[in-house]
Amino acid sequence: MEFTRKNNNRQLLSRIATNDGHGENSPYFDGWKAYDSNPFHLTQNPDGVIQMGLAENQLCFDLIKKWVLQNPEASICTAEGVDRFKDIAIFQDYHGLQEFREAVAKFMGRVGGNRVTFDPNRIVMSGGATGANETVMFCLADPGDAFLVPSPYYAGFARDLRWRTGLEIIPVHCKSSNNFRITRQALEEAYEKAQRLNKNVKGVIIANPSNPLGTVLDRDTMRSLVTFINDKKIHLVCDEIYAATVFSSPRFMSIAEIIQDMDCDKDLVHIVYSLSKDMGFPGFRVGIVYSFNDAVVNCARKMSSFGLVSSQTQFLLASMLSDEEFVENFLRQSSKRLAKRHRVFTKGLEQVGISCLKSNAGLFFWMDMRPLLKEQTFEGETELWRVIINEVKLNVSPGLSFNCCEPGWFRVCFANMDDETVEVALDRIRKFVLQGTENAAGAGNKCKRRQKNNLCLSISSSRLYEEGLMSPAHMISPHSPIPQSPLVRART
Amino acid sequence: MVAMSKIATGNGHGENSPYFDGWKAYETNPFHPSDRPNGVIQMGLAENQLCLDFVEKWLMKHPEVSLCSPEGVSKFKETALFQDYHGIPEFRQAVAKFMAKVRGDRVKFDPDRIVMSGGATGAHESLVFCLADPGEAFLVPTPYYPGFDRDLKWRTGIELVPILCESSNNFMITREAMEAAYERAQEANLRVKGLLITNPSNPLGTILDRETLKTVVKFINEKNIHLVGDEIYAATVFQEPEFVSISEIIEEDDVVCNRDLIHIVYSLSKDMGFPGFRVGIIYSYNDAVVSCARKMSSFGLVSSQTQHLIASMLSDDDFVENFIAESKEQLFKRHKYFTWSLAQVGIGSLKSNAGLFIWMDLRKLLEEKTFEAEMKLWRVIINEVKLNVSPGSSFHCDEPGWFRVCFANMDDNTMEVALLRIRTFMMKNNEAMVPRPKLCRRSSLKLSLSRSRRMDDFMSPGIMSPHSPLPQSPLVRARN
Repeated sequence: MEFTRKNNNRQLLSRIATNDGHGENSPYFDGWKAYDSNPFHLTQNPDGVIQMGLAENQLCFDLIKKWVLQNPEASICTAEGVDRFKDIAIFQDYHGLQEFREAVAKFMGRVGGNRVTFDPNRIVMSGGATGANETVMFCLADPGDAFLVPSPYYAGFARDLRWRTGLEIIPVHCKSSNNFRITRQALEEAYEKAQRLNKNVKGVIIANPSNPLGTVLDRDTMRSLVTFINDKKIHLVCDEIYAATVFSSPRFMSIAEIIQDMDCDKDLVHIVYSLSKDMGFPGFRVGIVYSFNDAVVNCARKMSSFGLVSSQTQFLLASMLSDEEFVENFLRQSSKRLAKRHRVFTKGLEQVGISCLKSNAGLFFWMDMRPLLKEQTFEGETELWRVIINEVKLNVSPGLSFNCCEPGWFRVCFANMDDETVEVALDRIRKFVLQGTENAAGAGNKCKRRQKNNLCLSISSSRLYEEGLMSPAHMISPHSPIPQSPLVRART
Repeated sequence: MVAMSKIATGNGHGENSPYFDGWKAYETNPFHPSDRPNGVIQMGLAENQLCLDFVEKWLMKHPEVSLCSPEGVSKFKETALFQDYHGIPEFRQAVAKFMAKVRGDRVKFDPDRIVMSGGATGAHESLVFCLADPGEAFLVPTPYYPGFDRDLKWRTGIELVPILCESSNNFMITREAMEAAYERAQEANLRVKGLLITNPSNPLGTILDRETLKTVVKFINEKNIHLVGDEIYAATVFQEPEFVSISEIIEEDDVVCNRDLIHIVYSLSKDMGFPGFRVGIIYSYNDAVVSCARKMSSFGLVSSQTQHLIASMLSDDDFVENFIAESKEQLFKRHKYFTWSLAQVGIGSLKSNAGLFIWMDLRKLLEEKTFEAEMKLWRVIINEVKLNVSPGSSFHCDEPGWFRVCFANMDDNTMEVALLRIRTFMMKNNEAMVPRPKLCRRSSLKLSLSRSRRMDDFMSPGIMSPHSPLPQSPLVRARN
């Protein structure tokens, strides 16, 4: 029955509808399913799976709430703003509200450290960054063409860049040996590989700051990239959606800033932006295509009809982002809180010997679990991942889902939860790692003695605590649920 | 010159069509009652502006509906974070309920089949991506909405094959016409994957009767091709006969149909007058299509802020019932007044009972029965009469001389100005058509006297608004 239905579908529906281009059959989504069926809740489901696979910025909603309450006229549904309802409800011009474009351009400039100004007339809307990336591909390349993408890269690119456009992705492999930097050599290698396979490379797409690495590109790398694409006469698309999540130095540099001082064909340079990560508004679907190429601006604008930003949302954000005082304060607070959260996690992991790629941006860190792999293969990584999901009960994202060329790396999101949940998550990781250490140390211990080992584990971890390796301030918050943990109960 | 895609460098966006020239004329010189009284009046935009005050009143009574009010702000965070492509459940439920209400509750819609898209524009494109491969074809009855050329073909690479409909039978869709189109496609080596109908029709403003709908369903079922029903004007049916949806037809006992072939496109842009909010809906009876379209909706989800507003609004049963009734009444009144006024100066239009426009018949004003003559007449209407109306050729109409004229996107005053300009133009035309001696000035004065007297006789208080600009008309000044 299932086979006939599939067959029927293949005849009835398009190839796009019946292939796997949507990317959802990737194992990446298994973690999601585990979370969906057993989601963590501090009080109602304390043993549930904690979501650490979702790159969301939840740290600054208090500031947003305060602002909207102080600015009711920014909503077309409040008494103060309803007189604008009619005009806004009928506004469907794909140029977008002027105030919206101006506010976004100003915001982007501010996020880029005010080192470059963005032209509101080059601001084009799209259905989130998802829509922006797809639209840019539709503008720049034909089915069968290829784009080079430094790996590891955002899992969604496989769908956004390729599914309906018919393009191909050729990864540019970046390695841990040099902290995953994008080298000219790696670019050349990928380009040559494409030539050998008879693929027409139309451009390079980078994410800066990087998802999943959480790092920013340095000036030399960026200049090298620009030189590369300029030499090859191919496009450069820069996904800068994490620009405002940079929380410590080195500072973020937009590609717009870099090309200001370079001799390059600006018609080749395009930026994708969004408010989903920087502001924490993924629901509002504010995607932006910003191109230095007039024809691309024009074409993308026509295509924006397929995914315009709701005029209601344009209106709200035009108001919010034009409030300079609010923006200044928001960006400052956001950086501070991200920095703190990042520090709590990375220090906490360091304490149990887990290192992460040194990073200063993003809503996640790139965790190095290579020492815990049974074997340095992707099978080993996947096995470890299933343990993390099913036993440690954390939904983290395995490096394989980001097309990383080395096994053992995991992306762990930290900005989508409250402080209490952070502690629970950290605690679980610590326990898991120490348990692993215990098992390794007591070589030959079998599963039958696991209970005892667990008990030993808890004792040894408290010994670590006594020995001062774990400071109370970091490890045990006043809200720490350790007193209720099963291990403690076992001890008593 | 930097290389871009074929899609980007081609004309598939459709904006080089003459259809847009009228827009440009309007944009460079838009009418404004006080600032630009001689500007071009926009009658090419199918918008429903007649009930927005009604909505405003409701909003003022429901502050909790806003995420930004003290009453509603507690929902701000969860809404701003909500990006699940299934959509907010209350939103889907409210839309399903609204769609049913608009169809007189004669049929129910399943909220789990409601899939979001970037307006109806995005809905059409996504559906085509789900149903057809590049190079395949869809059949579309003419005249049809010009945007379909972009929405259905541009980035998908499919072809559209017209099903020719004629004025001789009021542009009805016949079995013969469908068969003929199908054959033409075969001859051109195009594999037909589906048939798209717009019901109520844009630009005709008519609805498909039950028999025609059944004929269409029978046809697509036999050919095993998809049927996409664009029903975005469903709630604009302001007069009998009652609207019949595809969703109703497939439930009828005597209709045999593979439901996997049936899909509906909906939107709130026309029925509610919210084009800015980009609320597009795909409703399919085919599970695989629901699934696929839902994945694609990531490219054009409805803003969660808007989902929240719409969920609240459309869950209010009283509001919905009153809105639908009020909208019908306003459209009925406007349509009646407009068509009556046109009839007074000898302009007929296709008998219609829906939509935000009329399909005006200016065939007798054409110098010759050609599309060149239609274009010439159109340029006169834009440049001299200063009305942006849409020529039939831009809707792929098979016969020259028809124009779509929108009537629901302006206030009463603007309507009067538009009518006055039309009257003036027609009277000049009537004189031009019938040769008169130099006494024509006096004759026209007499004409205006008799004409305005006739109007006073016929106009009931309901039709002659207190804001009627007749007293300021040039004819009146001539009389003085």
